[in-house]
Amino acid sequence: MARASRAPWLTLKRREALEAWLFVSPTLAGFLVFFLGPLIAVVIYSMSEWNLLSGEQIFVGLANFHDALTVNPDFWHVIRNSVIFAIGLVPMNMALALTLAIALSRPRKGVVFFRTVFFAPVITSAVAWAIVWKFLLQGEGGTVNQLLSVVGIDGPNWLREPDWAMAAVIVTRVIKMVGLNMILYIAALQSIPRDYEEAARLEGASGWQVFRMVTWPLLAPTTLIIMVITSIGSFKVFDHIYLMTGGGPENGTLVLAFYIYEQAFEFFNVGYASALAMIMFVIVLALTIVQLILRQKGAT
Amino acid sequence: MTQRQLDRIKQVMWVLSLAILAVPFVFPFLWMVSSGFKSAAEIFGQPSLIPRAWRWSNFVEVFEYQPFARQYFNSLYIACLVTGLTLVLSSLAGYALARMRFAGAGLLMLFLVSALMVPEEVTIIPNFFLMRWLGVMDTHVPLVLLPVFGPHGVMATFLMRQYFVALPRELEEAGRMDGLSRVGIWWRIALPMSRPALAAVAIITFLFSWNLFLEPLVFLSSLNNFTLPLALSNFTDPYGAPLWHLQLAATSLAVVPILIVYLIAQRQIIESFAMSGVKG
Repeated sequence: MARASRAPWLTLKRREALEAWLFVSPTLAGFLVFFLGPLIAVVIYSMSEWNLLSGEQIFVGLANFHDALTVNPDFWHVIRNSVIFAIGLVPMNMALALTLAIALSRPRKGVVFFRTVFFAPVITSAVAWAIVWKFLLQGEGGTVNQLLSVVGIDGPNWLREPDWAMAAVIVTRVIKMVGLNMILYIAALQSIPRDYEEAARLEGASGWQVFRMVTWPLLAPTTLIIMVITSIGSFKVFDHIYLMTGGGPENGTLVLAFYIYEQAFEFFNVGYASALAMIMFVIVLALTIVQLILRQKGAT
Repeated sequence: MTQRQLDRIKQVMWVLSLAILAVPFVFPFLWMVSSGFKSAAEIFGQPSLIPRAWRWSNFVEVFEYQPFARQYFNSLYIACLVTGLTLVLSSLAGYALARMRFAGAGLLMLFLVSALMVPEEVTIIPNFFLMRWLGVMDTHVPLVLLPVFGPHGVMATFLMRQYFVALPRELEEAGRMDGLSRVGIWWRIALPMSRPALAAVAIITFLFSWNLFLEPLVFLSSLNNFTLPLALSNFTDPYGAPLWHLQLAATSLAVVPILIVYLIAQRQIIESFAMSGVKG
């Protein structure tokens, strides 16, 4: 029997640990090679200057960061764009998601239909979505402007004017992603016991008061998570902007993720791009830590 | 007014306001398909949802302009491969993290959690050099490896772990009494009980891979190797101006099948995203 012949050092406990490591080893190995290794590498890259042709790599300390933060005027412009994008996108996304969730959280005729509709852009590729909206938002002959002219509005050349372009990418991104937050809010709303609302109603609370005093506070943890996820997501947006505006016009929609791509893979400024990637990492990390702290506070 | 009439009015108002809100969600899909059937000239003529002449030839031209069938197949097989690998690896690791006791488990969890916070954009530069060193530039290898082992794979592992943790232990213990090995328990007992979680991982992974853009853009260079999202962005005239009728026809071909599957299985698909809950 196999059991009897096993080596004496292989106790049951050790055997379990060995098997467990075998179970996780493919995931762990891939994680180390394609994730942790590159993460360490990007720190080293960010402190180097590269010549891609000769393959030479010189240590330059924090010069790339210095370059980004104080020398290169593009950097703060890009950060400003990313912040505007986030500030425009996150509240709009969340307000719309909550509105839709409240309208669609109770079983009712038509609920499934509308949920399906509002969620459909989420599963659609960002590329397809961006292409179609770029088509619809063309200045002359674009469908949106043609429809606007029917009601007598002379629409702008949406994607060719910096401010309008930023507004356009924000709004189309909200439409694309709001369904996801809607679903999370619906799940949260459905987990609130109906008795709470009924009790408040019996005390004579109006619909708004019930929302303000009962529903909204109970949604706070969900709101927090959604806020952080959506903010992080907004800093990562790349394909949407790459295809709709190409970062233009006049770099008006050049956001951080795009800037990293451009510096790394179009201009081959590997060191500088890695420094930018580190800065992005710090921003995302900071947002995550804020979330954790707020959540702890909420728990106590 | 009776209560019934009031309810009636409320229902109508509800439907009406949601229908108006739904316009920018539905309109792009309708316009995409309808414009895919129009000629280049008609696209910029009077706007009309129904094409004046249905140009089926657009859908033939799409395949002549670039190897679109090949690109379609690339996306399909890569997405299937990524989904299969992710299912196996995430359920194995997730099971160990949920059920087995081993030194370092806590540290490993912490390690993996940290991966969820790091965007792919941060690690793509070193991964570019890694892939070049491995000699797999302009192949599909990076498009399989990076999603499977990157943050998405970690997210799948967590989803599986959460599901395994909540399963009752009794069946597994009975299996052990009957002499099943660990792998046997995982395969014959734990996995069959985790169909909803496996389905969720499969759905979000497939869509993740299918819609991937940054990685194909960085790693692929020849038309024959392109995946769909990259191919879609490539219907331009020699000066870089988009050939809208072809681009929209191709986009329709890429989007509509997914939409049909979505409409059939919308409940399951939406639930999968609710379960993962961390994307976006």
